[in-house]
Amino acid sequence: MESFLSRYKNALVLVTVLLVQVLGLAVQVRRPASEGPEGKGVRLIRYWVMSLIAPPEHLLHMTGGGIRGLWSNYVDLIHVRRTNAKLQEQIDHLRIEEASLAEDARQGQRLQGMLGFRERYIYQTVPAQVIGVSGTEDSHVLIIDKGSKDGLKIDMPVITPDGIVGKTREVLAHSSQVLEISDATSGAGVILETTRIRGVLRGSSWGQPQIVNVSPDDRIKAGEKVITSGGDAIFPRGLPVGTVDRTVPDPDGTLMDILIHPAANLSRLEEVLVVTSMGDLVPGQTQIDIAESEAQKASDILAERLPSRADPNAPQVQGDDLADATAEGDVARPIRPPATLHPDVFTPGSTPSAADMTPGARLGHVLSGEGQPVPVRKTTPAAPASASSAVPAAVKKSAPAMPGAVSAAPQPVRPAEKAPQLVHDYSGATPPQYSHPAVRTPSTVAGPGTSRQATPHPPGQTASHLNPAAPRSATSAPAAGEHALPRTTVIVDGPDRSTQKRKPAPPAHAAPSAPPRPAGAGPQGRN
Amino acid sequence: MVLLASTRREADQQSLPLPVMLLVPLVALGLQSLITLHFPLFDVVDLPLLVTVYFAMTWRNPISATVAGALIGVAQDVLTQHPLGVFGIGKSVVGYLAASLGVRIDTENHGTRLLVVFISTLLHSGIFWLLQHRMLAQPLVWNWLREVIRAVVNALVALILFALLDKTKRRD
Repeated sequence: MESFLSRYKNALVLVTVLLVQVLGLAVQVRRPASEGPEGKGVRLIRYWVMSLIAPPEHLLHMTGGGIRGLWSNYVDLIHVRRTNAKLQEQIDHLRIEEASLAEDARQGQRLQGMLGFRERYIYQTVPAQVIGVSGTEDSHVLIIDKGSKDGLKIDMPVITPDGIVGKTREVLAHSSQVLEISDATSGAGVILETTRIRGVLRGSSWGQPQIVNVSPDDRIKAGEKVITSGGDAIFPRGLPVGTVDRTVPDPDGTLMDILIHPAANLSRLEEVLVVTSMGDLVPGQTQIDIAESEAQKASDILAERLPSRADPNAPQVQGDDLADATAEGDVARPIRPPATLHPDVFTPGSTPSAADMTPGARLGHVLSGEGQPVPVRKTTPAAPASASSAVPAAVKKSAPAMPGAVSAAPQPVRPAEKAPQLVHDYSGATPPQYSHPAVRTPSTVAGPGTSRQATPHPPGQTASHLNPAAPRSATSAPAAGEHALPRTTVIVDGPDRSTQKRKPAPPAHAAPSAPPRPAGAGPQGRN
Repeated sequence: MVLLASTRREADQQSLPLPVMLLVPLVALGLQSLITLHFPLFDVVDLPLLVTVYFAMTWRNPISATVAGALIGVAQDVLTQHPLGVFGIGKSVVGYLAASLGVRIDTENHGTRLLVVFISTLLHSGIFWLLQHRMLAQPLVWNWLREVIRAVVNALVALILFALLDKTKRRD
């Protein structure tokens, strides 16, 4: 026996080594899927070997990168100036395109939200450098310089701006393995962009990915784009995979395989992105962008539809004011009406001074002040503390219809303006009436420096009724039930009312003054 | 015959310094990974296999060569998606046979080296295909032309590599 062992010692060692490895292979292959792809022992071996090989590879990669950087950044600078000019030109073009595309993207996101379409957005990616490959012909595995310390986990998608690359297979502390889509053991759910044919993308032994077991279809043409379908729960939906190269019949003959030309250059990868976080919701920054876009759009619409909302005589909003207003969150764009080609009596600035007007006289047109904000003083009975609570919903809806009327809809307000105020006769069923200092309407506006009491009108009438031709505003009482409306008295002061004495109201029409209005009560308070 | 060892010196066991024995396989694995990253065609060369053959022919000890082949092969398996042992089995067999041949042939002759590496590469590819295709049921296509080209390229690279490694050799 001893002589047998010594005689066949070499062969016995060989057989033992082979047997151990074959048994190890069998254990690895027959491992149940529920226990994961590999056991702890195998992972430990991989960990140690990778820990030995990855650092030197990283070092060599860094050294090579340093030498390349030294050459390209300090030596090989010929034609840099010309290239720089070309790039600058390209940037200008791209900026214009970007602005257009950003608007399209925002619109698309809004539409997706409206349709209830939920897409898995990529929240966060980790850039990584490829520091090595498996080095064998049949194994398409990359080694990257990021690991679990950088937030990577197994089965995370790895992409480039051109298209998908693969998924993380083994993750160590500072390095990871990436299984490329061209590997024979990889798989991904894909869809043909035009024909919407779904399939499973697999690698091959010769390194070209293919969609296997597809029903023959004449519509599939070379060059058609292939994107991820999101069905594999690894890759987000809609990422580019590649283009159709050609179709070949399946070995069985009934189905066919579609050979794919990958979008990412898998043989020349230097940097990749590992998608570490995805979700169903729109990212926070995108939500902010959408909100800003919609606010901007709302202000544009208001500027188009409500030109009379602007006070042409209002003081010019300076850049600082505008910046402040924007910082506070208001869209405070100065609205300027276009220049009048044919001025008439309604044209701002073409009316006579209010000092020339006679109270109670029949006016042919509206008087306009000098543009100083004119607060409205109420002479109505005491109002509740919150004026907003007293506004009927019907009034809110009926207000913003006609040009010249004060809108009850949310309006951007300049900081320099004073808020519109509610004038409400609480003595009866009179609907509340709104008055805005910056908008001169027939019923609320008097000349500057004047302190006057509105002419007592018949019940249900306001100053605007003095001129039948004048447009009705929101301050006008509604037509229905006019005869039953009690008297409403509006007193409008100019900017220098502190220096003037207001005439006392006649006892018959005077009403106790309203309680002080809470600060900041304006359009926001009404809405 | 010129390929056979004719003198005692040619058949002597030779040894390598311990740092070389430890570092050379690791450097071979690292270079294989790094060079293939920048030159994808380099994957036809199998530096770990060449190191295994060189160690086996230098030591002329089948047991050491078998164990070294197994360790280098398993380390190479780690860098791939294969189960551990696919390359290990192939390199164990190649190491054993190369060491067994090294006892009888002149391992410093270039012709001998070319022939041994050529045969070893073909044998390694055959074992790999057998394990992957038959045992693990992986889709692999055997292409004779490609394998012969691989074997020739590896043999040519081995001439240069072995000449470099000879400088670290220590004669007992």
